[in-house]
Amino acid sequence: MKDQDLYNYILGVADNSLILGQRLGELCGHGPNLETDIALTNIALDLFGQTRSYYQYAAKIAGDGRTEDDIAMLRNERDYKNVLLVEQPNTHFGHVIARQFLFDVYHLQLMNALQHSKDEMLVAIARKGVKEVSYHKRFSGDWLKRLGDGTDESKQNIQEAIDHFWPYTDELFDMTDSDKKIADQGIGVDMTTLKDDYYKQISEVLEEATLTIPDNPYSKRGGKQGIHTEHMGYILTELQYMQRTYPNMTW
Amino acid sequence: MIDLHPNIDAELIPILDEVADPEIPVLTVLDLGVIREAVIRNGKVMIKLTPTYSGCPAMDVIGDDIKAAFLKRGMKAEITLVLAPAWSTDWISEEGKRKMEAYGIAAPLEETADKEALLGNKPLVKCTNCGSTHTRLVSQFGSTACKALFQCEDCMEPFDYFKCLK
Repeated sequence: MKDQDLYNYILGVADNSLILGQRLGELCGHGPNLETDIALTNIALDLFGQTRSYYQYAAKIAGDGRTEDDIAMLRNERDYKNVLLVEQPNTHFGHVIARQFLFDVYHLQLMNALQHSKDEMLVAIARKGVKEVSYHKRFSGDWLKRLGDGTDESKQNIQEAIDHFWPYTDELFDMTDSDKKIADQGIGVDMTTLKDDYYKQISEVLEEATLTIPDNPYSKRGGKQGIHTEHMGYILTELQYMQRTYPNMTW
Repeated sequence: MIDLHPNIDAELIPILDEVADPEIPVLTVLDLGVIREAVIRNGKVMIKLTPTYSGCPAMDVIGDDIKAAFLKRGMKAEITLVLAPAWSTDWISEEGKRKMEAYGIAAPLEETADKEALLGNKPLVKCTNCGSTHTRLVSQFGSTACKALFQCEDCMEPFDYFKCLK
């Protein structure tokens, strides 16, 4: 493949949205109330929409006859480049909101920066995405504040969730070799330059939510290299079930 | 007279005006402003369509409906999805906004109004049932990705608000 690095880079961005979308999709019909159920599945829909644009583009770059569906449905676990944060389970509502908020702040930074990419297609996807992701961040940020500044129980649960996911945030700013090459070409985003701002933004909201900013130096990483947590296999099993059972099926 | 659809061949306008949004059937694709270009080239109708939201499930249906509308007249249409420039609620026609309100969906306000409502300041979204501005945001996300759910504090009716997207 001529543009292997660009292909890798796009998958890195797209896989986060696919896997998080799948996680949120699991809540369809199981949300804590009707409004949040609908909101979370709407966010999933936005993420799937974005991921589809990325995969269509990646398929074009690969140029080996594979389609967007093949890329989404027929890769094996090690070939997925999403960060570990997005594959973590929906343990309770606090976990869903904390995971979402920690991702949304990063995602909006990425979409904002990608609008200045030299790659026209990535700019187009980012311009569309930035509007949607702004809403996601507003939703998760609102809920974070509501839970943090809510009852003793909600505060305790959301604090536990933030503490739990904190070690996964560092990986968002890891740069693979492909990421670096693509950033050097002015196409990708050098995420390391956005890290300080990320923690600043997160801290401001946590403070407003009367929550404690975790002080945990330990980091969990590996997803970007294809080394995933034990949860990933289950997600793919469900995601890929139909396509693996009935190869080439379409709706 | 201002040309409302500069990139659409005049003879195609009445046909496109028959194709409704599957989720908001009172709006046509022209009201919604999702057709960026529609021209006849070598006997074929070439259409550029912009999705309202990346994951909008209506887009595939809209594409099929447009093709069907042309096919009925023996014309073949080809649809291309265009992402840039990104669709904005400013592209909804004034006529479209009026129809939307009459249908019970509050039309998008300026972006600032959105934030005001969120910050708990004076709510500005007008109830589509009684016209009161004494309304509150129930959920950022409504029945579809493009809508938010509001409730009127006066007549208590819940209603959809078409989110401002700029």
